[in-house]
Amino acid sequence: MLDSFAVIIIVSTIASGIRLATPFLLASLGEALGQRSGVLNLGVDGVMLIGAFGAYYMVLQSNNPYYGLLVGIGLGILLGIFYGIITLYMHAEQGVSGIGIYLFGLGMSDLLFQKFVGTPRPILPFMPLHFPVLSDLPIVGEMLFQHSIIVYIAFGLVPVMSFILHHTTYGLNIRAIGENPEAADSLGVSVIATRFSAIVIGNGLAGLAGAALAIELGIFQQNLTNAMGFIAIALVYFGAWSPKGVMIGSLVFGLVQAVVLQFKTFGVIPRSASDLAAMAPAIITILALVVVARRFKQPSALTKPYVRGS
Amino acid sequence: MKSVIRLLIPLCAVLLALLIGAGMLLSLGADPLSGYLTMFSAAFGSVEGFSETAVKSIPLLLVGVGICIAFRANVINIGGEGQMVMGALLATSVALTFPDVPSSLLIPMVLLAGAVGGAFWGAIAGALKAWFNVSEILSTIMLNIVAVQFMNFLLRGVMIDPAEVARGTGIPQTMRLSPHADLPILIEGMRMHLGVVVALLVAVGAYFLLWRTSMGFRLRAVGFNPDASRYAGISVPKNVTAALAFSGAMAGIAGAILVFGSESHRMVTDGSSTGFTGSAGFNGIVVALLAGLHPLWSIPSALLFGGMLVGANALQRAAQVPSALIIALNGLIVVFVVSSEFFKKRLLASGRVDAEAREENTLQKEKADA
Repeated sequence: MLDSFAVIIIVSTIASGIRLATPFLLASLGEALGQRSGVLNLGVDGVMLIGAFGAYYMVLQSNNPYYGLLVGIGLGILLGIFYGIITLYMHAEQGVSGIGIYLFGLGMSDLLFQKFVGTPRPILPFMPLHFPVLSDLPIVGEMLFQHSIIVYIAFGLVPVMSFILHHTTYGLNIRAIGENPEAADSLGVSVIATRFSAIVIGNGLAGLAGAALAIELGIFQQNLTNAMGFIAIALVYFGAWSPKGVMIGSLVFGLVQAVVLQFKTFGVIPRSASDLAAMAPAIITILALVVVARRFKQPSALTKPYVRGS
Repeated sequence: MKSVIRLLIPLCAVLLALLIGAGMLLSLGADPLSGYLTMFSAAFGSVEGFSETAVKSIPLLLVGVGICIAFRANVINIGGEGQMVMGALLATSVALTFPDVPSSLLIPMVLLAGAVGGAFWGAIAGALKAWFNVSEILSTIMLNIVAVQFMNFLLRGVMIDPAEVARGTGIPQTMRLSPHADLPILIEGMRMHLGVVVALLVAVGAYFLLWRTSMGFRLRAVGFNPDASRYAGISVPKNVTAALAFSGAMAGIAGAILVFGSESHRMVTDGSSTGFTGSAGFNGIVVALLAGLHPLWSIPSALLFGGMLVGANALQRAAQVPSALIIALNGLIVVFVVSSEFFKKRLLASGRVDAEAREENTLQKEKADA
């Protein structure tokens, strides 16, 4: 039987794993939606950075984390409109233009931070929610019911997105134009408009993910995300383009990170070994990519610009 | 006329980005015209400035030339960052292992080690694409992350400077590497070093590889039309792997030069890849795109972006505009140059026998000759 100390550690590790999974989940849900419609967005990390800075600055000024979330979504949507125009109307190569968006976000967020904030100042983080009865449950309460609102928004989006994708006309359209845009077009589905909406929603979620990260951490700094957006893209493949799969992937990532952090604080493993552990998610993803490439098919029209009659 | 369009449209894309940059400067309270003049004169206005620009251009040119090869083979290599890191790590470990080898031998050894490290890292992504059908875009991104953590692991562990451990400061960096591996300075009192020559030679070499060897022909053929290439007996998997290996080798040399041409002559990490590479692995893509994926045009293109980096530092000192502005502008340039392909195609499509078709003809002719 585990002693009570071990139980406390395990419970807090799982709770922090769920928290750490949240930005990944939001960003990769957005990316999954875009990819389902046939558009690859490699700029997620840049959008997250912009969303993170915007949210950080807003909270710094207003002391209201919820305004920060809105700013994050708003900036994500703006960048989504920009990305939609260049990929859908200019037919820009998606792999490369996404890197452009990433660099833009990396530079812009740093520029604005240095110019308008300068030295890192902590901001007001979210208050954890308190549910009657549920939050007070032993073990389960701390693990699942003492998080901030953004955690519940992110995990709540999973069934919502599943439902939209599989039980609504809009979801059917998205899946159709991701697989066979010509056929969908011939049935009167507007390929461009549907893709545009998917890109805008997806980028909005990426902006929200950045905002969630900055507010949860309570700080902003240069390159705050440190390639989290790229991992979010990988998670979409890891989860084989399904919201549920993406959620499982995010949770695995979050938990691995939480365990590594826990090890670090207790000095169980030397610092250098935790670097090695940090490689694990990327290696697992590469292996997962091999399996996914064999067993699941990516949306057929992914990265292919749609030109009528070509 | 056609070639003018090919050259002008990407330039317009750069100008548009610079125009937006001017707007940003204005809103940051700096005079855009004098800002750009400060940048230009800092980067190109003096011999010292140009020497600095040349040094900054080295990794951009090397990565860019590698990108030219990869993109010509229709392989989207996003892994320049990781390939630079792996090249630098292997080169650094060679210098740590053989500190007493004379310069004339050690310098080629570390550069070669850089190439091998980068090529190995690129080839992994190539093999994954060729034989397991894994998108190289994703695998190279993942390999970037693995490389960075591997660098942190080594520089905080076995490769750390013993003095850092003894002092207890534990800054993750190697000891001062063997002076025999220092890249010789070309002009007394300036920073321009042998790396500039290496980068130029690699660019010229890549040009010959692509257009004067059968290897290069196969790479371009696979990129141009994989089905036809397969039909002609060219192995697509092998050439895809080769393209990524070449591309990685050049990024790896860039990584090695960053270490042995640095002022500290150490390899240092701040925990991220950009801290070591300065995002050259990504910015090299910009260089190659602006150069129309041509290794020789990449030379002025790399100088332009190297100059922007030098200019940005001057701007930061003169007008308190954070140099991160340039990273943001580079991002916009990527987006605009990639988008400008659309206008280029439209304008070129007005004539039937456009440059693309001509290229196709020569490719077919070469194939018939082979």
